[in-house]
Amino acid sequence: MNNLTDNLELLTPEFALAGLAFLVFVVDLFLPKDRKGFLPWLSIAGLLALIAGSLVMLWDEEELLYDGLLAVDAFALFFKIFFMGLGVFIILSSMDFVKNKLDHQGEFYGILLFSILGMNIMAQSRELLTAYIALELLSFSLYVLAAYAKGDARSNESALKYIIIGAVSSAILLYGVSMVYSTVGVTKFDDIASALALAAEVSPALWVGVALILVGLMFKVSAVPFHMWAPDVYEGAPYPVTAYLAIGSKAAAFALILRLVAEGFVPAGDRWEQWQLIIAVLAGASMLVGNFVALAQKNLKRLMAYSSIGHVGFILAGIAALSSSSDLASNGVMFYLVGYSITNLVVFAAIISFFNMTGKEMIADLGGLADHQPFLAASMAMGMFSLAGLPIFAGFTIKFYLFTAVATEGLLWLAGLAIFSSLISLYYYLQIIRQMYIEPAPAADGGGDLLQAHPALTQRPSLTLLTVLGSGMAAIIWLGVYPKPLIDTIQAASRAILP
Amino acid sequence: MNDFNQVALLLLIMVPLAGSLLMMFMPGEDKKEAWYFAIFVSGISLALSLIIFARYDYDLGGFQFIRTYEWLPGPLDINLSLGIDGISAPLVLLNGIILFGGVLISQTIKHRTRDFFVLLLALSAGVYGVFAVRDLFFLFFFYELAVLPMYLLIGVWGSSTDFGTFLRTKEYGAMKLILFLVAGSILVWVGILAVYVEAANNGAATFSLQGLGVLAQTGQFDPTFQTWVFPLFMVGFGVLAGLWPFHTWSPDGHVAAPTAVSMLHAGVLMKLGAYGIIRVGIFLLPEGADNWMPVLVSLGAVNVIYGAVSAMSQKDLKYIIGYSSVSHMGYVIIGIATLDNVGMGGAVLQMFSHGVMTGLMFLLVGAIYHQTHTRDIMVLKGLVGRMPVNSFFFAIAGLASLGLPGLSGFVAEFMVFVGAFRTYMPLAIIAVIGAALTAVYILRLLARTFLGEADPQWPDLKDASPIEMSVGAAFVGIIIFVGVWPEPLMRVINVGVQTIPGV
Repeated sequence: MNNLTDNLELLTPEFALAGLAFLVFVVDLFLPKDRKGFLPWLSIAGLLALIAGSLVMLWDEEELLYDGLLAVDAFALFFKIFFMGLGVFIILSSMDFVKNKLDHQGEFYGILLFSILGMNIMAQSRELLTAYIALELLSFSLYVLAAYAKGDARSNESALKYIIIGAVSSAILLYGVSMVYSTVGVTKFDDIASALALAAEVSPALWVGVALILVGLMFKVSAVPFHMWAPDVYEGAPYPVTAYLAIGSKAAAFALILRLVAEGFVPAGDRWEQWQLIIAVLAGASMLVGNFVALAQKNLKRLMAYSSIGHVGFILAGIAALSSSSDLASNGVMFYLVGYSITNLVVFAAIISFFNMTGKEMIADLGGLADHQPFLAASMAMGMFSLAGLPIFAGFTIKFYLFTAVATEGLLWLAGLAIFSSLISLYYYLQIIRQMYIEPAPAADGGGDLLQAHPALTQRPSLTLLTVLGSGMAAIIWLGVYPKPLIDTIQAASRAILP
Repeated sequence: MNDFNQVALLLLIMVPLAGSLLMMFMPGEDKKEAWYFAIFVSGISLALSLIIFARYDYDLGGFQFIRTYEWLPGPLDINLSLGIDGISAPLVLLNGIILFGGVLISQTIKHRTRDFFVLLLALSAGVYGVFAVRDLFFLFFFYELAVLPMYLLIGVWGSSTDFGTFLRTKEYGAMKLILFLVAGSILVWVGILAVYVEAANNGAATFSLQGLGVLAQTGQFDPTFQTWVFPLFMVGFGVLAGLWPFHTWSPDGHVAAPTAVSMLHAGVLMKLGAYGIIRVGIFLLPEGADNWMPVLVSLGAVNVIYGAVSAMSQKDLKYIIGYSSVSHMGYVIIGIATLDNVGMGGAVLQMFSHGVMTGLMFLLVGAIYHQTHTRDIMVLKGLVGRMPVNSFFFAIAGLASLGLPGLSGFVAEFMVFVGAFRTYMPLAIIAVIGAALTAVYILRLLARTFLGEADPQWPDLKDASPIEMSVGAAFVGIIIFVGVWPEPLMRVINVGVQTIPGV
């Protein structure tokens, strides 16, 4: 056993991130009310510095810390950069909203930073309890964020639902961990793999233990049939938090699942196949349920919630296709996560700026948007086309890559199902485009002209949101046309976790 | 000039694509400048298409203008490989012609002009891409790119049709079209994945059409596998080709679309489907194709008859042309299904000929509709007095459509019939009957709409504008030229057709 303090300096970015979060809390105490706008910029500057620092410090580093509880490798680095980058853009898109609609700005950004810390550690942990603690750090931050609109009953309801479901799923996960520990006596991912491979037979307790761990994680990513909470929580939470839930927390949970499955289960070979089929079935169910139910939605946030359940199905299909013989599936999952997150970011940034202008959130309210907000409508339309998986946007390449990976691993039926659900999704994504481009603007509440009732609709979206939209759109096209640089990076990350 | 050959196809795809992207940043939505810019871009595209077609060396044959750009090497092996052969060369030319014509006559688009041309150019970049690539991924990429803008092009700039008892809205037409086409493309997508997996199982995972073609010719694809997968391509691409019974999106879509979009759609886009069946289905799965050809030829025969009979019962000019497209695509399908060098050559020539002919018809109908705001042949009458040139052009297009010797349609259909008589005699007879039915509805249309006394309802009806007239004249010229002297096209098509496996 090596010394616990060996290589501790490799965790500097995490310590610094925690420090940054505390710094934001402390500075918040001393800032007068009208100067709070400084805090998001402080957070962004800190995150950018951390991104640069991590890149310089951890590039090509491959170490295990705390006797193998945490890994510092290309996979962890990839996701850390990804999460902190997402954090920057989430903060950029929340600034207006937080300033105008929420109290206690300082804590909002502080808690957001803590949740990013949780996500970073999730991507690094290679032991069940460490992973659990990181997951809880993320979840607790999110509970608070979901309840952030104190005065809004829907926000409270949403947070309450989220806490209860979150607690139940954590309990299930923890119970699974304890069952696995009681049967094989280890909690590190690679030890689980060798225990599984060596065991003469998989005892029922072990089988149930692994299944419970998977179920707990399926709750977190809101896969069918554990998805019921997502639409309600999404609908009630403040807008930037909904965006964050849909983009950040999901990606982090998948980073954890990816490492757990790739290091803990895939090396066990045949033993893994019994759970693999369960994941494949859940993936198929998520695609179908998410996309079919989305057809009936009228609220933008609920629509995005069901759409994200459908996309979770696609990503889970990639998880089911993970194998030790090829890195296609794990590349595909990471590529999908990046492309999907960026696309979702653009869509949510557009929805947030629409909400900032009008306070409306129904699909029907989008009518005529292309006339008075052409840029907003174009970015939203690009996001929708990308989510539907059409070229020249990121959605096409990520789907093609992931589905090819799934098909190559002998799951052609699942790939076929995924392609079929993409067709279903096209219908509701097109409905949004139709509202914006074809339908005329609806009348304002209580009659009258929409533009007079909401003069903000004739003004430009704020610069911060424009930055998010512009860079997001550029990234969507870049990934859709020339993804090679990203895929090369992802391939290096895959090699770190696959045997 | 060899340097030009190296980049010719890349330019061909990139010019409209870059034009489309550039135009997005043009200030002002409804300005005339957008139209001028689109003319400029599509003019370059046409010039490039002409040069490429002229420089295609038919003595040499095979794929030319070959160039490969690395895109995603490694396990997936996707590369942007470009190259055209005798089958795609005439279709590239066709796209150049129709696009340029379509853009020229689009000065009537006053609402969000810029966005219209952004989408139109993106669409045509997709069409060029499909014809010019030799990689399954990129073929599918451009195929979807060509389909995607249709929704907005029809939904925003289209027109609804009032049937008296019910209204066929443009939104309906657009949504129906896009759902049908994407449903078709999911079959294609599954087929592509199946072929890739099969190739990977044979130790040669690649998306390169060339690499896969070698596997196919050396018999590495199991015949049972081929028989299972070929229908995915046949039906998937067939949807876009208007294959019965998956054709119903096509008349509704054509009718709802604005003129330029109808032209491109019936003129070029439907050909992508037929091209896909040849390039992907028959080239990669020759044995599967062989087994399914009797089915395909029967469906093609149904297309011919069903389209013609439907056209006979329509009253709307655009619906008549829409159904006549379905009927004419039937000849293309029959020609392909014969797997006979004459029949297949006829099919490719028919794609070209029908593209120009149908483009011309939609153009002329657009010119009429723009002034009268009706397309009902029961209402319109005696147009020849007010619009002599328009009527004359329409008569030429109509006669080409019913296969009058001396016009392009005759040569193509005749070759298809020869091919069909050699292979599927009874169906060939049905197809010939279909040609007779075409005469019925075309002549009825000509007689009702153009001949007779002029209707006083539109006293100031003007003939086609000078631009429409010159585009129309060019199209008429092509129809007659190909009808009298098909050799320049046929010698290129023939070298292409010879390489098709099983022909």
